[in-house]
Amino acid sequence: MNPLKAHLQAICPDAAFQDGSGPVLNMEVGPESLAALLPHLKNDPELLFDFLEDLIGMDFGEKVGAIYRFYSTRHGHRLHIACQALNRENAELPSCSPFWEIASFYEREVFDFFGIRFVGHNDMRRLFLRNDWTGYPLRKDYDLSSEANPVKLQSEPLKDITQAVVATQSGEISGQDRALFEKDEYVVNIGPQHPATHGVLHFQVSLEGETVRKVDVHCGYIHRGIEKMAESMTYPQTLAMTDRLDYLSAHQNRHALCACIEESMGLEIPARAQYIRALMDELSRIQSHLLFYACFCMDLGALTPFFYGFRDREKILDIFEETTGGRLIQNYNVIGGVARDLHPDFVKKTAEFIRYLPTVLPEYHAVFTDNVIFRQRTRGIGVLSREKALSYSVSGPCGRASGIACDIRKRRPYSVYDQLDFEEVIRQEGDAFARYQVRMEEINQSLALIDQLLSKLPEGDYCAKTKPVIKLPEGRFFKDVETARGQFGVFIESRGDKYPYRLKFRPPCLPLVAVVDPLASGNKIADLITLGASLDYVVPDIDR
Amino acid sequence: MEIRKPRIKSIGYEEFNDNEYIEQLRKNGVGVVTGVLDELINWGRSNSIWPLTFATSCCGIEFMAVGAARYDFARFGFEVTRASPRQADVIVVAGTIVTKMAPVLFRLYEQMADPKYVIAMGSCAISGGPFTKSYHVVQGVDKIIPVDVYIPGCPPRPEALLYGMMQLQRKVKVEPFFGGVNRKEPKSHRFPAINPGEEPVFSEQFLRRETEPVKQDPTHEPA
Amino acid sequence: MFDFSVATAWIDQGLRNVMSPAWAITVECVLIGVALLAVYAIMALILILAERKVCAAFQCRLGPNRVGPWGSIQTVADMIKILTKEIISIRHVDNFLYNLAPFIVILGSLLAFACIPFAKGLQALDFNVGIFFMIAASSMGIVGILLAGWSSNNKFSLIGAMRSGAQMISYELSIGLSILTMVVLSGTMQISEIVERQDQLWFLFKGHVPALVAFVIYLIAGTAETNRGPFDLPEAESELTAGYHTEYSGMHFGFYYVAEFVNMFIVASIATTLFLGGWMPLHIPGLDEFNRVMDLIPSVIWFFGKSALMVFVIMWFKWTFPRLRIDQLLTLEWKYLLPLNLLNLLVMVVIVVTGWHF
Repeated sequence: MNPLKAHLQAICPDAAFQDGSGPVLNMEVGPESLAALLPHLKNDPELLFDFLEDLIGMDFGEKVGAIYRFYSTRHGHRLHIACQALNRENAELPSCSPFWEIASFYEREVFDFFGIRFVGHNDMRRLFLRNDWTGYPLRKDYDLSSEANPVKLQSEPLKDITQAVVATQSGEISGQDRALFEKDEYVVNIGPQHPATHGVLHFQVSLEGETVRKVDVHCGYIHRGIEKMAESMTYPQTLAMTDRLDYLSAHQNRHALCACIEESMGLEIPARAQYIRALMDELSRIQSHLLFYACFCMDLGALTPFFYGFRDREKILDIFEETTGGRLIQNYNVIGGVARDLHPDFVKKTAEFIRYLPTVLPEYHAVFTDNVIFRQRTRGIGVLSREKALSYSVSGPCGRASGIACDIRKRRPYSVYDQLDFEEVIRQEGDAFARYQVRMEEINQSLALIDQLLSKLPEGDYCAKTKPVIKLPEGRFFKDVETARGQFGVFIESRGDKYPYRLKFRPPCLPLVAVVDPLASGNKIADLITLGASLDYVVPDIDR
Repeated sequence: MEIRKPRIKSIGYEEFNDNEYIEQLRKNGVGVVTGVLDELINWGRSNSIWPLTFATSCCGIEFMAVGAARYDFARFGFEVTRASPRQADVIVVAGTIVTKMAPVLFRLYEQMADPKYVIAMGSCAISGGPFTKSYHVVQGVDKIIPVDVYIPGCPPRPEALLYGMMQLQRKVKVEPFFGGVNRKEPKSHRFPAINPGEEPVFSEQFLRRETEPVKQDPTHEPA
Repeated sequence: MFDFSVATAWIDQGLRNVMSPAWAITVECVLIGVALLAVYAIMALILILAERKVCAAFQCRLGPNRVGPWGSIQTVADMIKILTKEIISIRHVDNFLYNLAPFIVILGSLLAFACIPFAKGLQALDFNVGIFFMIAASSMGIVGILLAGWSSNNKFSLIGAMRSGAQMISYELSIGLSILTMVVLSGTMQISEIVERQDQLWFLFKGHVPALVAFVIYLIAGTAETNRGPFDLPEAESELTAGYHTEYSGMHFGFYYVAEFVNMFIVASIATTLFLGGWMPLHIPGLDEFNRVMDLIPSVIWFFGKSALMVFVIMWFKWTFPRLRIDQLLTLEWKYLLPLNLLNLLVMVVIVVTGWHF
């Protein structure tokens, strides 16, 4: 028997274990046992699950509940815990926000969509929808008609009071009012329409002169309800949604969903398709990082490098366009491979590009990286310690800048990444400059990867044959890929249909937004902007 | 599969200068002074359209690409993007507008100074696009604010945005300053001004969805 | 070299011949006012176009090229547009101050503009403390900016105005001290006199090290004074949307926009006047032939050529550097520029007293 399983069984005797695929352990517990288990998960030296990958709200049919995905960076274990609330109307689960800080955001999301209240959570507001929204949209019995929630042209009332959910001595659960901002605080609204928020994000910032005291993030200004829509779509139809989540990693997102569906079907992918996918992934990564460079410069007030970044990004878009027909959103991956073969000029043009980019990167560094103002504005600003980053589940370049080895391509290789030779770029400083450096260095790594992929690119089919109607076997399926912003996860609960019963994406950017408040507090307003730019979140990815 | 490069037909830039609609409008002649002044003002307005930096999602990146070196809308004088709605002339609605964003967009439009124009960029802004059946998506910004130019695409190519902005220039040229309406939309019941603390009165059928979201049937019949 | 005072004296004489001296002066004042306003507006249009073209060149773009040949009348279209744009009246603002603020800004910059010696004999305001008056007038704009931020009833505006206040008061010191350094060298405060005394050698070369230091400090402080990048914190677009003029629309906003560009020109022309000889041609002692050839070029061209160069340098700053943070901005001034400046002033005094300049 698995030692991890034995250990967990000892702590929590009433847990039911299922054999999951691969190294993942699945267990199911009730809310009370979960409350007892959570501190052990975090602190027990044999468990040490320090990374809460995702918290997936679920409508199990009769009951609502959640699935927790834990990962231990120390031991490399992965554990999935499903927990159903006892009561559908007043659903309650224990909160894990005291142990993993990111949980306070995840739990708000679950509360928003499923109406599950988390006991011990001290900020139980809706995360995405308006305060005055009625119903919980991802429940299966939600009334979708527009009469329930018409489009209103009056903004939602912004309250400075939130509710903490606490359990009293007698075990009764009640809400307790808690003030977010005091009456005499100078609160400035940055966003939803603001040049520096990279989309429609809303920060309520409490200021003390130029110094930021507290940031309260409001999401949901681009919440498009993709997960709910996907539940009434066939699997090939759901693919189109992924490209529009994090549009700068469009290809990688779609790769994740395709791979998840393929793995659960047991579909074998032709080698050429795998290589093409990896090639496109790396090209997307470069274009995304170039755009990061451009926007980072712009947010710091240097407008000229912005144009340099975009100029070179266009070259990648040209390569995309020739093969896929799309510039930003490619719709290229399909279940079984890719939609069409590479353009005959693809190899030549890509080879040209990877020779071209290293010649202009020194120019980037000369104009911007070596500038003394830039260094002073980013060095030591917004330091995200390793512990904090783990607690907030920060992945991707931001996580690696804080010293977490979290590159999915290395940790859990997918596609053909295990056959390739590349370095995982890790910095220890955790400040804005480190995040910038990680991304710039990743461009070089991606170039090296593309070089290897091009030389190894096999001939053959570009797509496997699939049935006209794609159905998944019953079960829960997970897949993670490394997008330009971090770990993008797909979760599918299938009940044997051609529609997913529940489709959940793990947005890499939600932790990045969650981390803004602790990082910005105590810094200047200008640092808040630097920070937001260095975290490089994409808002539609947060809101889904 | 071989991909053939299609020849793209386009309107030459010169053709944008002749605007046959103006001739129709001026069939009966115009005043000497007001006609000339009108023409001057419209020339100024049409050549100086400053966009608001406003983007919600994917189309915003293409909007930035249009501003960048390759497409460079500065050639037309559009590059003075203003971050404050008070100083902008056109709001390019680039991306999906969701229920929570609708009041914000409406307020931004109200904050702009006349004459103001709206471009709906991308299928999300036109009709909700791929997300039209979602519970939280507004089915087209024209339900909230009046739209001048629609640019289809998901996202539209930069050329399409340039084309749309050139069409807007043509449209601006046919709005007389003197004797006409300076304010494009008369403040009718359709787009009422909102007093603080007052819920705007919109006709009910106006804001209702055209396509109801697909009700999910938990017992899907296997095909 | 053509002396414009001949022309002005001729006009003056002509007017005095047909009317009483009091009327003549009134008419002259009106004429000068109208001429200044016209030049001011035209300068603004040219500068805005130049800025857009220059930044396009830095950014591998083309810049405006559709309106008129090479986009040359793009800014005219902008002007017509902004003149006919609605000026929104906003509730909950301090109406009087809100409407007054843009005029104060434009007034300050117009007064400073009047002191500029455009060519030999072509200067509207010239008296014995001219340079002093110029500093005083140009720093009046800060009042307008503070009023704008305060009266707009907008938090972004207020933060922008406060930043602007802190920035301008700090950098005013550097400007004053670096100008003072040059006044020590020239020995006069009258602007026309300052230019005349550079007929042998421009002050930048005459005063060598301390003049060069003062020149660099002046350029930095001058850029900060005009709120241009990398010191554009008061209107930092990515932080405060549009800073102190967030709430202004139509021509009120136009005033700020225009004043910013003309202020840049004013800073450039003061730099020209103090350090690069104003309208004075390049003279090198000893090379008489060379000096005579230089004299053939009209003084207007000398002045505008040098100012254009300075304007280009200031634009270059903006399109190269990232923005400073407020604490870095103040550190730069109070910890580095100000002590350096005081020391520099001392050095200049020693040099002038001992006669160690060229």
